Amino acid sequence: MGQKMLSESAVERIEKENSEWLAEYQKALQKVPERLERFSTVSDMEIKPLYTPADIKDKDYHEDIGLPGFYPFTRGVQSTMYRARLWTMRMFAGLGSADDTNKRFHYLIEHGETGLSTAFDFPTLMGYDTDSPLARGECGKCGVAIDTMDDMQRLFANINLEQVTTSMTINPPASIIWAMYIANAENEGYQRKKLGGTIQNDCLKEFIAQKTLMLPPDPSLRLVVDTIEFGTREVPRWNTVSISGYHIREAGATAVQELAFTIYDGIAYVEESMKRGLDVDDFAGRLSFFWNSHIDFFEEIAKMRASRRIWARLMKDRFKAKNPRSMLLRFHTQTAGCSLTAQEPYNNVIRTTTEALAAILGGTQSLHTNSLDEVYMIPSEEAVLIALRTQQVLAEETGVCNVIDPLAGSYFVEALTDRMEEEALEYIRKLDELGGMVAAIERDYPQMEIADAAYHYQQQIEKGDKVIIGVNKYPSERPELEFILKIDEETERRQIERISDYKAKRDKVAFQKAMDELRRRCEGPPSWENNVMPALIDAVRAGATEQECCDLYREVFGTYTDPGTF
Amino acid sequence: MSQDRKLRILVAKPGLDGHDRGARVIARAFRDAGFEVVYTGCHQTPEQIVSTAIQEDVDLIGLSILSGAHTYSFPRIMELLKEHRAQDIQVIGGGIFPLEDIPKLKSVGIKEIFEPGAKLQDIVDWIRSNITPRTGMAA
Repeated sequence: MGQKMLSESAVERIEKENSEWLAEYQKALQKVPERLERFSTVSDMEIKPLYTPADIKDKDYHEDIGLPGFYPFTRGVQSTMYRARLWTMRMFAGLGSADDTNKRFHYLIEHGETGLSTAFDFPTLMGYDTDSPLARGECGKCGVAIDTMDDMQRLFANINLEQVTTSMTINPPASIIWAMYIANAENEGYQRKKLGGTIQNDCLKEFIAQKTLMLPPDPSLRLVVDTIEFGTREVPRWNTVSISGYHIREAGATAVQELAFTIYDGIAYVEESMKRGLDVDDFAGRLSFFWNSHIDFFEEIAKMRASRRIWARLMKDRFKAKNPRSMLLRFHTQTAGCSLTAQEPYNNVIRTTTEALAAILGGTQSLHTNSLDEVYMIPSEEAVLIALRTQQVLAEETGVCNVIDPLAGSYFVEALTDRMEEEALEYIRKLDELGGMVAAIERDYPQMEIADAAYHYQQQIEKGDKVIIGVNKYPSERPELEFILKIDEETERRQIERISDYKAKRDKVAFQKAMDELRRRCEGPPSWENNVMPALIDAVRAGATEQECCDLYREVFGTYTDPGTF
Repeated sequence: MSQDRKLRILVAKPGLDGHDRGARVIARAFRDAGFEVVYTGCHQTPEQIVSTAIQEDVDLIGLSILSGAHTYSFPRIMELLKEHRAQDIQVIGGGIFPLEDIPKLKSVGIKEIFEPGAKLQDIVDWIRSNITPRTGMAA
């Protein structure tokens, strides 16, 4: 064991002085009372007026805080952090057709973004082609429509796939979209071993939040492990899961719930992969995370710092990882969409800036900053440029990247980091008692915890206990912005034509043979021999569309529909 | 205003959009306000929504959508209600809508559109003053 940061006599003196201050504080409040009845974070965690060394007196500097790049990584995953390399500026982009989105990718790269991130439209996310009756009216609206290898080729045209890393936000159909990405990259002359990027592929959180639902939990997990296994062997620079708190938070969770449920999803992926026979140190280094950065500045920083410490300890103690790389919680951050307002939308720039700063001080590895118009629609070029510039100003003008983890040692931030960890661990114990995440999801437990938190927050807004400027304080009207993006309704018709041409041209025999092999593997017991990935790469090369592969999944594995509880 | 029975409301999410925070919050608010609430869950087709509304004998359908697919699903739901002679079931919408779409949605018969930032209490009050239980006879 190490040692406490303060001697007993030092603590005694601090506590004595603290009580003197408290008496003075209460006396002063007789004249001018506190502004609020209760001070709490956006997650409603109560905050004291003052923090002192007494709040972190039980901390052990070496064991709990330590140094960046060293266990338990509270201060960051690399020894250098932003002194060497800034976070990756990765703007989530997807609109209309593959060509429209390719144009946006090039625009962002030209303006200095350093990584790609793909937003797919709802049919793609749910495993339907644009020509499905279920896809009517959705094509290209919330992202890009990708149905075939041809779309994938156009999406990444004239982009060097060995130089840029690409993140793809796709969940139940992740294996198929990844197969299209790999097959396309190889067609373009790149090697799969050199491809870097991330598929979100976090199916468990879909049952909890976001709700792109397709298969029941067990087969969903099997497919996730197939991708982890394939990545470990064949695409070693790829992050095979981005274990995501973002959507859990957007659904109304508190910071602690986001932290705990997401880390527990991570536990489930590690356990399932180990059950498959994989060595934790072979795959854990390629698990990545995704946090929301909400409007409560210090709460977010504390959450991100706590997340690294929790994961490092779990990987070391619970899963007996030996390689320090397996213990790193590396994460992407997106500023909170749910904090933006339709009223006075220019204020969203200020919110996003504050949230981005929290992500930077929390030590993020990559960052998406929301555009001011994202509250109405996927962003326009004008607005997305301000959002990218926000990151660049923070990175290169403000000096906040000059020093690693500058808030370490702040009595408040360290105390809040500890509290995040303690409360998250309480949830993790509860989830263990419930028998793990799949059992908890089946009991509707995380879903209802989040629904309770979302409703509580909404009531606080209604009562004015929590303030949103322009909405419940200084209320204002929604203006008409001059640069709102519109998706051409013709996009859907053109995409449907493209699919039908594509299907007509493919070799029917080769296609059927590839689909038969995919089915054989899906029907077999999970194993490397039955891993879906090699068969999917062949199938999409032979002309299979996304939906054709998903329909096969649905036939073999069954479907899952939202239970609709509230 | 005296009512013989509680208002019955179907909260529904049309299309493939899974962003259900608003739908679930509003469903709870309606329940707390004393309405009877049925919630469809995500990913409902217009056909499923209209069929549930008729089976559950609701007075009002509240559609929640954030994906932009309202241009298809909202008019389609109004058409189907008419086809099933159930156009006395009123329909309102909440979520994200381009400003120019709002008059179009009202012109196909959507009674009211609630935008981001709408207060739960204002929505409940609007329903109390604008919606009455159906008499069972289509208009």
